[in-house]
Amino acid sequence: MIPELGQFALILALLLALAQGILPIYGAHRGNATLMAVARPAAQGQFVFVAIAFGCLAYSFLTNDFTVENVARNSFSQLPLIYRFTATWGSHEGSILLWTLVLAFWTVAVTVFSRHLPEDMAARVIGVMGLVSVGFLAFILVTSSPFTRIFPAPMDGNDMNPLLQDPGMVFHPPMLYMGYVGFSVAFAFAIAALLSGRFDAAWARWSRPWTTVAWVFLTIGITAGSWWAYNELGWGGWWFWDPTENASFIPWLAGTALIHSLAATEKRGAFKGWTVLLAILAFSMSLLGTFLVRSGVLSSVHAFATDPTRGIFILGFLGVVIGGSLVLYAVRVPKMESGGSFSWFSRESMLLVNNVVVVAALGSVLLGTLYPLFMDALGMGKISVGPPYFNSVFVPLIAPAMFLAGVGPLVRWKQASLPDLAKRLRIAFFVAVASALLLPLIAGGFNWMASVGIALSLWIVFTVMIGFVERLKHEPGSKLAALRKLPRGFWGMQLGHFGLAWVVAGIALVSAYETERNVKMNVGDNVEIAGYTLTFQGVEMHDGPNYKAARGTLDVSKGGKPAFVLHPEKRIYNASGMPMTEAAINYGFSRDVYAALGEELGPNEWTVRVFHKPFIGWIWAAGIFLALGGVLAAFDRRYRIAMKKASTEPAPAKGAAVEGAKA
Amino acid sequence: MKSRNKKLLAIGLLVVGLAIIAMLVMNAFKKNLVFFFTPTQVAAGEAPKERAFRIGGLVVDGSLKRSPDGMQTTFVVTDTAKSVEVQYSNKEYGPLPDLFKEGKGVVAEGRLTGTGTFAATQVLAKHDENYMPPEAAHALEQAAKAQTTLAQ
Repeated sequence: MIPELGQFALILALLLALAQGILPIYGAHRGNATLMAVARPAAQGQFVFVAIAFGCLAYSFLTNDFTVENVARNSFSQLPLIYRFTATWGSHEGSILLWTLVLAFWTVAVTVFSRHLPEDMAARVIGVMGLVSVGFLAFILVTSSPFTRIFPAPMDGNDMNPLLQDPGMVFHPPMLYMGYVGFSVAFAFAIAALLSGRFDAAWARWSRPWTTVAWVFLTIGITAGSWWAYNELGWGGWWFWDPTENASFIPWLAGTALIHSLAATEKRGAFKGWTVLLAILAFSMSLLGTFLVRSGVLSSVHAFATDPTRGIFILGFLGVVIGGSLVLYAVRVPKMESGGSFSWFSRESMLLVNNVVVVAALGSVLLGTLYPLFMDALGMGKISVGPPYFNSVFVPLIAPAMFLAGVGPLVRWKQASLPDLAKRLRIAFFVAVASALLLPLIAGGFNWMASVGIALSLWIVFTVMIGFVERLKHEPGSKLAALRKLPRGFWGMQLGHFGLAWVVAGIALVSAYETERNVKMNVGDNVEIAGYTLTFQGVEMHDGPNYKAARGTLDVSKGGKPAFVLHPEKRIYNASGMPMTEAAINYGFSRDVYAALGEELGPNEWTVRVFHKPFIGWIWAAGIFLALGGVLAAFDRRYRIAMKKASTEPAPAKGAAVEGAKA
Repeated sequence: MKSRNKKLLAIGLLVVGLAIIAMLVMNAFKKNLVFFFTPTQVAAGEAPKERAFRIGGLVVDGSLKRSPDGMQTTFVVTDTAKSVEVQYSNKEYGPLPDLFKEGKGVVAEGRLTGTGTFAATQVLAKHDENYMPPEAAHALEQAAKAQTTLAQ
């Protein structure tokens, strides 16, 4: 009964989404206020029904209703409660439903926080989001219903893939989806601007906080995913350039380019067309990423082809969204006035170069991710593109962007003087370069990768500091009070760039100085790594809720003194019989010590893999700074002032609202 | 006029820069593409001698052997028509994946040695019980096809 209720709720949601997608846009076109007014209630109603459907599916998982095919395939009665809940989005069908729920959630957020927008703009934005939702709901109902029953029902489920049984599963996918889907708001604003033909600074100001918040979620999602891979996969890596990772990284790069180009559009009216294009790109890449990961096309192009309805639907949907937006763009963009002029050396030009570099990097990642799929689909042979390609292309491409991240914020809008800037920055430059050459010698031997990383990282840190000093130089009175009064947007940018510096340093140091040992160990055997001695104390059997584990004990000492104990495990999951390595990690600010059990060679005789990973934790800590910077930037006072002004004043005429926001 | 020239210069530089980037990317791309060969193709000498590539198929039952210190592994990969001996250094490249099993699908990346064995630097098994690495499945399919055409 409950699953049927869920199915019914989805159908109602689709009908509401149709109303939400068609009526307000038509109303905005005809200037019909009644039709435009449909947008908000339809969107909110749609959210309620999608939430009911999601709740029904979650209920089926929580109550172990194995008559539902999706539950039988992806859950198991012994699965801990929390993983039964997360199994709701563990499958293809469930994850698309989660996507739709998140989309409905963002739409409701837009209905609530869009009171300051002109009515036709709000109607178009909500309408566009409704159309996207129509696509997803139809996809679920036509090709991937999560509520299909099976008869006869199996006694028990197949279990969730053990890799997914990790706390990471609780928040990684929802965060990622909040980010992916969040770009639909930026996309909807872009399409609304194209439909109305109004591209002004106000448009950029409206869509900017939404874009930044979506980018924050995506940043958190990717950081969490990388942390999860590091903890769960047992290889000790934090990034594999795997297609599923690239699928989230590509939209992140597009989003990063977008928030920078929006800055230029908002402040100076520059790059309007480019910004709109980036908004379309960011959302298109989010859609592509979702389908790449969730359609099964990655594991096998042929498996995908055996269920052609799904594939055709997906390709059709992508074609309509991307193609339709680009056609609209091509029709409208010639009418766009070009924005304020700027000289070759200015904040605008720096942002432009940032955008070009980031988009080029995006293109290189996209090429490496999609090319093997195309070749396979065309029957031109099987090819793989591994980390060597991505590292050799991405790192040199993105390094100049890191250098510019230091310069850009200190360059004035419109026109700046290069000699003047060189004078302001020369000390920082020399200190950064000198430290980059000296520090590695102290740390453990010269390594050019470490040097470049340290140089770029210190360069950004110094320029961030210079940014603060120059901002405060002319403030009278207490510097501390002045520091607190600096706009949040400024703080956000600086924190974000500081996070960038940290992540660059972490990546460079761990890549240059990590060490690994693989050894056979009997009880009492030692292995030394980077000054730590690990002593193997054997393996004991240990029962988990839905698995049995061989649990090893490694006593770790440093300089002869016991430091800590590691318990790596090798698990066998009861339902699937699948083995899984559970690494043991001792975390630290300046290093992680990582141990994993390899193969069992005999009684209490195992191969053991140990890593010493200096500064690896910085990579994820930096993610927190990036996210924090984004949050501050998104909640800058000027956005709230704009909202308050609009809500307290009697609704002004359209043109006046635009002029007011411009001023 | 002057500012117009400057603009043209800037655009020109941008285009040249992008062209250089594109060239570097394509170059790295060509250099790092890893092609896949089935054991049958390797036996026929179609696989490159100087370049890393991937092979795939089933691990032959009973073929898995370890060196006395346990840190060196050899096994045989077959597409049911031909097979290739694979050596893998656990000492250098770490343990074999959890789902590596005799009789199951596997993909290995590495180079051919002078003696015709395949020195793997990476071994991939399937992600879960029901799923075989697509390349391994492809190798079996190819071999099966070749055999049916022979039988006819």
